[in-house]
Amino acid sequence: MSTETTGLVLAAPSRAWVETVARRSEGVALPLGALLIGFLAFSVFLAVLGKSPVAFFGYVYQAGFGTEFSWSNTLSRAAPLLLAALCVALPARLGLVVIGGEGAIVLGGVAAGALAMSLPGLPGPIGILMMGLGAMIAGGAWIGAIGAMRYYRGVNETISSLLMAYIAIALMNHLVEGPFRDPASLNKPSTAPLPDAYRIGELPFIDVHWGLAAGILACVLCWVLIERTTWGFAARIVGGNVRAAEVQGLPTGVLMVGFTALGGACAGLAGMFEVAAIHGSANASLAAGYGYTAILIAFLARHNALAVIPVAVLFAGLEASSGLIQRRMELPDATIAVLEGLVFVAILLSETLTGRMRLFQPELWRRTS
Amino acid sequence: MTDIGLWGVPLAILGGAIRVSTPFIFVSIGEALTERSGRINLGLEGTLVFGAMSGYAVAFHSDSAWLGVLAAAFFGLLFGLFHGFVCKLPKVNDIAIGIALMLLGTGLAFFFGKPYVQPVAPDLPSIPFGFWSDIPQVEAALRINVLFILGIVLAVAMAFMFRATRIGLIVRVVGDSADAARAMGINIDLVRLLSTGVGGALAGVAGAYLSLYYPGSWNEGISSGQGLMAVALVIFARWNPVNCFWAALLFGGAGALGPALQSVGVTQGYYLFYAAPYVLTLGLLIATSSTRRAMSSAPGELSITK
Repeated sequence: MSTETTGLVLAAPSRAWVETVARRSEGVALPLGALLIGFLAFSVFLAVLGKSPVAFFGYVYQAGFGTEFSWSNTLSRAAPLLLAALCVALPARLGLVVIGGEGAIVLGGVAAGALAMSLPGLPGPIGILMMGLGAMIAGGAWIGAIGAMRYYRGVNETISSLLMAYIAIALMNHLVEGPFRDPASLNKPSTAPLPDAYRIGELPFIDVHWGLAAGILACVLCWVLIERTTWGFAARIVGGNVRAAEVQGLPTGVLMVGFTALGGACAGLAGMFEVAAIHGSANASLAAGYGYTAILIAFLARHNALAVIPVAVLFAGLEASSGLIQRRMELPDATIAVLEGLVFVAILLSETLTGRMRLFQPELWRRTS
Repeated sequence: MTDIGLWGVPLAILGGAIRVSTPFIFVSIGEALTERSGRINLGLEGTLVFGAMSGYAVAFHSDSAWLGVLAAAFFGLLFGLFHGFVCKLPKVNDIAIGIALMLLGTGLAFFFGKPYVQPVAPDLPSIPFGFWSDIPQVEAALRINVLFILGIVLAVAMAFMFRATRIGLIVRVVGDSADAARAMGINIDLVRLLSTGVGGALAGVAGAYLSLYYPGSWNEGISSGQGLMAVALVIFARWNPVNCFWAALLFGGAGALGPALQSVGVTQGYYLFYAAPYVLTLGLLIATSSTRRAMSSAPGELSITK
């Protein structure tokens, strides 16, 4: 607190709001800076390989955000990412690192496809509601089991969730090639095509299916749950210190199982929208990797459900541009995965700066004279 | 060809267990070393896939499978050292960094591995221990790869190192109590850096085994979570390298169950048998974890058991 401090202090009547802004902006500035450093590292990677980073980001803009068509493509991909990111972000607030959302997406999709087959002839909205509920129960039970294993048996949730994702994909393959298979699906084993009444259409005004609205609504509701309710408050205490929470008499087990199940229900719903709005039946296309991109999205959003929305749209756009980049720049399809990996490392490295940059310390902005 | 009927199943499982378990042995003894020093590296799945790709690529260009194994170990070492170095920084979470490296490692492997999906690289040699038998199934089951034997030697050597050598003691102290290690004047960060580096190198070798021997080609589906299962296996093996070997054999047997049944014509529930190793891993984790007592012989500094 010497010369540079006094140099920055201007004569202002009250500096309280500046201090608040400084303290609060750390949570936004650090991830944003990490994102830029990740992009920069990727640009160096491309340049070393003799490819132009400028062209790369040009194509990303063109294919992800440049036209009305690219926006509708991006937002359609954002829908499952929003819901799957909640499957990481919600448990994370309790200090649980759950990374197997892919499993809940896949099983949610299969549940939706199977329900559509076994309940034909219902009015459209009721059929869709049943599919959504079934998908949420399937995904919620799957991920909730991970929370329960963690609470009752002390099983590490990161490892178990990824194992459960592998098991879920095997189960899906078994179901769509066995009991739930539509005999008419020859090349790609699938459940029977959904009746038209059960297909989910597009939102008014934009070419994006209703999953986007559901995803945004889920993010807002989860934000309210975490930040504005006593349940969310209790969950955050558990995330801070489990033992302190237990001493306070908080129902740690209920919270752990409840929040993991809620996250899983969101991811399961993502699978249902993929089936009812995109593929038209449940098949192996459900395991498209949304659950893994969602891990990065949740970490980049610092597990804040509202921040998930812009981050999910950004990465949806990046992934939407993958095809164009493969064709125009002759890069492999894993290019986006490399970019995502680098951003992920950068965001985790940025955590080390938390509380260490003077710029964000309220003391720096306090009047010293 | 002699018809041996259903005896083919246990024989195929035995042979399969030996073939499938080798990558588990390498990843798990490497991870045992890392975890004994007090860190967990979940990124070994990514290291394994990158090792498979780089080993295959180098073996293809140099026409030497062993150079491929060396290259895979080298790149694995780099991944491990990166993890070890980064986790030293304050507030950096070793589990999260592991997840990031899992995604980055597989991403980089698929990125650089695209041109190597088609070409054929030389295989690692194997020793025909079944030469005495006329039955082809027995011969096939007992054709044992050199790396499997090397894995046994390494597991025994590492167990000896932990029990009876100075280096082993230093790693154990660092993993059990950072304060005690500091009081002894040990450079904790250096010990953990090297332990994670060696763990990464062994995971790289495991990857090279996948692409250069069994299944013996490079493609994007080469690993199906072996790197991750090996991490769980270390917990089950109680951080003991020799136990890691036995556990790896068990997991290998579970992994060989699907193909073995398929070879005698059982196709029902094919995908469910494929899930056997994951279900086994999960079941063992549930059975051997506990919330109340600290896990016996767990390193005291390990974040997952605290």
